[in-house]
Amino acid sequence: MSSELYNDGPVVHKPTFIDGTSVEIPELKILKQDGSVYEGSDMPDMDEELAVKVYKTLAFHRVLDERMVASQRQGRLSFYMAALGEEAASVGGAAGLKDQDMIMSQYREQGALMFRGFSLENFMNQMFSNEKDLGKGRQMPIHYGSNELNYMTVSSPLGTQIPQATGYAYGQKLQGLDAVTLCYFGEGAASEGDFHAGLNMAAVQEAPVIFFCRNNGYAISTPSDEQFKGNGIASRGVGYGIKTLRVDGNDILAVIKATQIARAYALKENAPVLIEAMSYRLGAHSTSDDPSGYRTREEEDKWQANDPILRMKNWMLAQNWWDEAQEKSLFESLREEVLAAVKVSEKINKPHIDTLITDVYDVPSAQLEAQLEQVKAHVNKYPEAYPFTAGKF
Amino acid sequence: MAQMNMLHAINNALDIAMAEDNSTLCFGEDVGHFGGVFRATSGLQEKYGKARCFNTPLVEQGIIGFANGLAAQGSRPIAEIQFADYIFPAFDQIVNEAAKFRYRSGNEFDVGKLTIRSPYGGGIAGGLYHSQSPEAYFAHTPGLKVVIPRNPYQAKGLLLASIRDDNPVIFFEPKRLYRASVGEVPEEDYQLPLGKAEVVQTGSDITLLAWGAQMEILQKAEDLAANDGISCEVIDLRSILPWDVETIANSVIKTGRLLISQEAPLTAGFASEIAATIQQECFLHLESPVERVCGLDTPYPLALEKEYVADHLKIYEAIKRSIHY
Repeated sequence: MSSELYNDGPVVHKPTFIDGTSVEIPELKILKQDGSVYEGSDMPDMDEELAVKVYKTLAFHRVLDERMVASQRQGRLSFYMAALGEEAASVGGAAGLKDQDMIMSQYREQGALMFRGFSLENFMNQMFSNEKDLGKGRQMPIHYGSNELNYMTVSSPLGTQIPQATGYAYGQKLQGLDAVTLCYFGEGAASEGDFHAGLNMAAVQEAPVIFFCRNNGYAISTPSDEQFKGNGIASRGVGYGIKTLRVDGNDILAVIKATQIARAYALKENAPVLIEAMSYRLGAHSTSDDPSGYRTREEEDKWQANDPILRMKNWMLAQNWWDEAQEKSLFESLREEVLAAVKVSEKINKPHIDTLITDVYDVPSAQLEAQLEQVKAHVNKYPEAYPFTAGKF
Repeated sequence: MAQMNMLHAINNALDIAMAEDNSTLCFGEDVGHFGGVFRATSGLQEKYGKARCFNTPLVEQGIIGFANGLAAQGSRPIAEIQFADYIFPAFDQIVNEAAKFRYRSGNEFDVGKLTIRSPYGGGIAGGLYHSQSPEAYFAHTPGLKVVIPRNPYQAKGLLLASIRDDNPVIFFEPKRLYRASVGEVPEEDYQLPLGKAEVVQTGSDITLLAWGAQMEILQKAEDLAANDGISCEVIDLRSILPWDVETIANSVIKTGRLLISQEAPLTAGFASEIAATIQQECFLHLESPVERVCGLDTPYPLALEKEYVADHLKIYEAIKRSIHY
């Protein structure tokens, strides 16, 4: 331990600024859009079985997003957030981890949860806030979570998970677990004060946490050049003394490789890693948003050509691990399954009235019990005004 | 007079404020070119330029800290927090800084020109993070003013008064009514007084008191009670801090009964403060205990929102309870 300031740089006698954008950051790219691999690339540790699982997860992600946006348009669902064009960042991040690693996400990383095995029914039950939702119908659609799958329940406030991930990872280290925490957040959320708190503490407390920034260019309508100056989010890692890696977020092989080496490093050295995955939010922020008010079609088209799923498909075809017949049948069956699951989940009952007061504390207080009794008596008096719960308790 | 919804009325007030004083600024997340996620600041960047109406980075503590600095310097900042549920990272800048700036410096410095606008409240299937009514946290902070309008006319007049008031004001906007509430609003400049409640309807049997979006619910309950021959005096509190004790007390001395309804949870909500003050001011005039009809003491739910909220039927039942006490 030392409180001495250090200086590796040369001593000068005339003032010289360091330029705020002078940090040069390499970007890891392994896979080209046509499915070929850059010469001399370090490939991720991935066999055919894992590759097929990753690809099927990407396909599921694309289909689920498509169908749920359509369901919202039809008025069947209140709200949805798609991750069109940036699926590789979340799926690839999860694929580079072990199942025992904790994932703390922001809200656009459903791909990571899909990879972990959250079932179609689980997704649907959450979105339709029914009695089978693990979250008991309390949060807006897409706020998933699963203790069993080591995926922390999503919270809407931005950036709050970042210092929490540091604490979670520190606990894992202290208990000597073979596990790290991966924390997803967007380049917009990286402006929150919690980002600073989380990264600085992770460096100082030596926590095995992987900070995974999905830089998709937009925070709702705000483009990244109105969000920050300087060389992206990655350049900040240097300031905190954190090992940092920038990766092409639409390159699934590069994302998996980056996460695998980040995990190995975090675990071995008990130190944080920052990954910045460069991508683009091809869709709207949410179903409540319309991007035509703040960006051009040309800009979107440019990124459309970087489709990460098509890129992986091209690679899979070249490996002879996939063919067009499998492709057609996978997408067809996924579309049917999702549509069928919507029809089932939207008809399942809403949660029981007792869930109004559970989980506020470990045990409801006497006041809460009394308030619930008042609500029940009231519902019984006006059953037609409360159709979800009347006659069901 | 023009027909405006609440967003138009707010946009119109911001336009007037920016036109009259070129040190007035509007900023926040997505507030610039896009005009805010609800479009309350639409057209302001085009009209007044990027230097005075702009997007900020996504950092609420930064937005309010920056606004405090601007106000201390003599500019007139109108800062938007995208949802009241997301105001809490700025709590320190509001509670420890904005509210105490004048007091701690012996009036050497102040941030009286600061106005914070933020949409609040439920009824939009927003669940626990897009539905909260956090006015009571701020009502517990001397040095702040807290204002909540119920309709477009009130929104414009109260917002202009808030912007021009020489104290930091938090202006909570009922987002459920942004487009749903439409009414006559003068195009010209006008102000409505801060710290003054408004008697919306006179009556003799019971005083009904609320603020913001809850006023609409109160009126629905009043309709039901009127069918039973109960005469309700309906009051919009309008300013939560400081609040108009005199108007409420005078009404309760007349009617002998008080019902307060708020969207926020019951315990330690602002209704509790009103109930305590009124029992002191009007003790010998009260015919029944003060009724509070509020949200439950839980986070704001999603699927069971109907059961949770202080709706017109719960208020109607409480009116009858009070009358037949």
